[in-house]
Amino acid sequence: MTNSQPDGPRVRVALFVTCLVDMFRPQIGFAAVKLLEQAGCDVEVPAQSCCGQPTYNGGDAKDAAALAKRVIAAFEPYDFIVAPSGSCAGMIRVHYPKLLQDDAEWRARAEKLAAKTHELFSFLVNVRGLKTVTQECKAAVAYHDSCSSLRELGVTKEPRHLLSSISGLRLCEITERETCCGFGGFFSVKYPEVSGRMADDKIADAKGLGAGMIVGGDLGCLMHLAGRIARRGEKLAVRHAAELLAGMTNEPAIGEDFR
Amino acid sequence: MSAETRAFPNAARVALKNERLQGALKHLKEGFQVKRAQAFAGIDDPESLREAARAIRANALSRLDELLVQFEARVNENGGHVHWARDAAEARAIVTRILEERGARAVTKGKSMVTEEIELNAHLTRHGIAPVETDLGEYIIQLRDERPSHIVAPAFHLQRDDVEQSFRANHHALDANRALDSRPALVAEARAIMRRHFEAADAGITGANFLVAETGTAIIVTNEGNGDLTRLLPKTHLVVTSIEKVIPTLGDASLLLRLLTRSATGQVITSYVTFMSGPKRQGDADGPEAFHVVLLDNGRSALLSSPAREILQCIRCGACLNHCPVYGVIGGHAYGAVYSGPLGAALDPGLDGIASTFDLPNASSFCGRCDSVCPVKIPLTKIMRHWRNEAFARGLPSGAFGIGLKLWARFARHPRWYRAAASMTARLLRLSAGKSGRIRSFPILRGWFAVRDLPKPARRSFQSQWGKRHR
Repeated sequence: MTNSQPDGPRVRVALFVTCLVDMFRPQIGFAAVKLLEQAGCDVEVPAQSCCGQPTYNGGDAKDAAALAKRVIAAFEPYDFIVAPSGSCAGMIRVHYPKLLQDDAEWRARAEKLAAKTHELFSFLVNVRGLKTVTQECKAAVAYHDSCSSLRELGVTKEPRHLLSSISGLRLCEITERETCCGFGGFFSVKYPEVSGRMADDKIADAKGLGAGMIVGGDLGCLMHLAGRIARRGEKLAVRHAAELLAGMTNEPAIGEDFR
Repeated sequence: MSAETRAFPNAARVALKNERLQGALKHLKEGFQVKRAQAFAGIDDPESLREAARAIRANALSRLDELLVQFEARVNENGGHVHWARDAAEARAIVTRILEERGARAVTKGKSMVTEEIELNAHLTRHGIAPVETDLGEYIIQLRDERPSHIVAPAFHLQRDDVEQSFRANHHALDANRALDSRPALVAEARAIMRRHFEAADAGITGANFLVAETGTAIIVTNEGNGDLTRLLPKTHLVVTSIEKVIPTLGDASLLLRLLTRSATGQVITSYVTFMSGPKRQGDADGPEAFHVVLLDNGRSALLSSPAREILQCIRCGACLNHCPVYGVIGGHAYGAVYSGPLGAALDPGLDGIASTFDLPNASSFCGRCDSVCPVKIPLTKIMRHWRNEAFARGLPSGAFGIGLKLWARFARHPRWYRAAASMTARLLRLSAGKSGRIRSFPILRGWFAVRDLPKPARRSFQSQWGKRHR
């Protein structure tokens, strides 16, 4: 349910669900679909694997380019491509054109796809004009900016704006909101102690605000934070912001035991 | 890969457990980040200024050969000498020869990362020449036989009582009962010692923040005035710096200085900005009789034609270190190289080769904050990515990781295989989780499980659930 039903014709949106959501937390995908439908979109899910970011960041540009071409071919027929992740959306929007810059035909196709690819919250607010949601959630919530959303895509106000419309929700601002939580893809696996310390600082920051929950727009960061919280035996729920916005919070928070 | 090349992960772990270092690192925020932010808030349109600074540096690099020749001609006209050093060994030999010709035994030094790069102090000592660092931070780490942990604040990793301990251990005339429990007391002690070194020095060596081609001027910024005393009191002054520091005009210098000091220490201007254009002229009351500039290449001209070229735009402000979340938890020494933080991750592979620096461009979460604070807009993460590509092409990531990545990419190119493999992995992970919502250990991706649990995968993937609903 939305208060402000966006105007204009319905659009055909392909959901880029992301590897992590697909495998670990499908409900984020369903929450995204629900929100997109509320925003006047017809959602489809083309067969998909990964955007190629792990290979790209691992230094294997050749395989990343091959993956990018697959994604472009599968997703270019749609009006828009939306991902519930700043990191995967940023890969398509910012990095695909660079990755394929030496191939004129593919670069043009990459640029076209990049222009219509969006991170979920910025798409809902900036493209579809969604202003508010009608949900209730009595919690003090800290919003965690992923670095890709914050710096690569400049998405900061949109998720906060939508979250603020949830009745009963108190939004806390993380003090060091521009500081990375330490996930960084394979960085978290290759340099676990460094990554873990960065998570500890982020968790302490959120706890210091009296937040009972961390929400964000990137499941990578959230699994990393939730996993660290669990390992330390601390109590702090972690969820994707789309779950709250779509009112899909029946399932336990990330990494919590199923009831 | 040799043990040395993978020294970083271990050094990082040690740094994380070093409580004194961790205590010092807590000051990065108020010491640097906040001050920089305040300084930038005080200027109109900082983005245009950054862009102008980038353009000056990029333009200078594209005319480097011409500007260096112009700089040399002006220095000669001013009565100085320019020496060209292809590598560290040549630079050391040139400096030693000049000092020996001038009969210099006691040498004072202003802060210079290039002399750290060529390991000049150890070399001079072996030749019976005694160099004394005169920047307080550099002096402290010289006493401790350490390397700078930060390009602007070399002793950033230390706390006040570390400094007191070093002074008591090395200043033999120091009265054991004298209190050294405050910063002013430490500074007074250092100043008294330093004064004697300044008076006794036969030669002074400084670095340079910029070299101005149109005037043959080397510029340094300091807050302690030690640079001026190093230059002005001895009979010989040597500037030891690197070729990429040259810029066309004094006007360019003025714009870059505005950004340098604000980005480095949050100052509108440093206490001293020194313009050094040759030896003492006729009628000058003070100044050196001889003025030499040693210009080091050491891999830089090769970088100029590489995808890492833009790292040569760097003006050494340290903002990328100060805002780096990795530097912020491990400090500078763990990088095991002269230049640390994002600057080091982008530059060191170019200077030392990727084989021995493999971890540096990899030990980044690619958060991009360095890119956003760099005053000359160096795309640091882009350059780190270039080095990762180089490393991958040479098979440098450890066997299992490289093969795993390749195999994974092969699967990812076929969504159906990928989903089958993901579903199998999910099943195994779910078995490991049992009734709990998370997994505590697993035979692959051990690094993940070293510090955190893994949330349990879903029973059925999104795509398979979606497929069922929309068939």
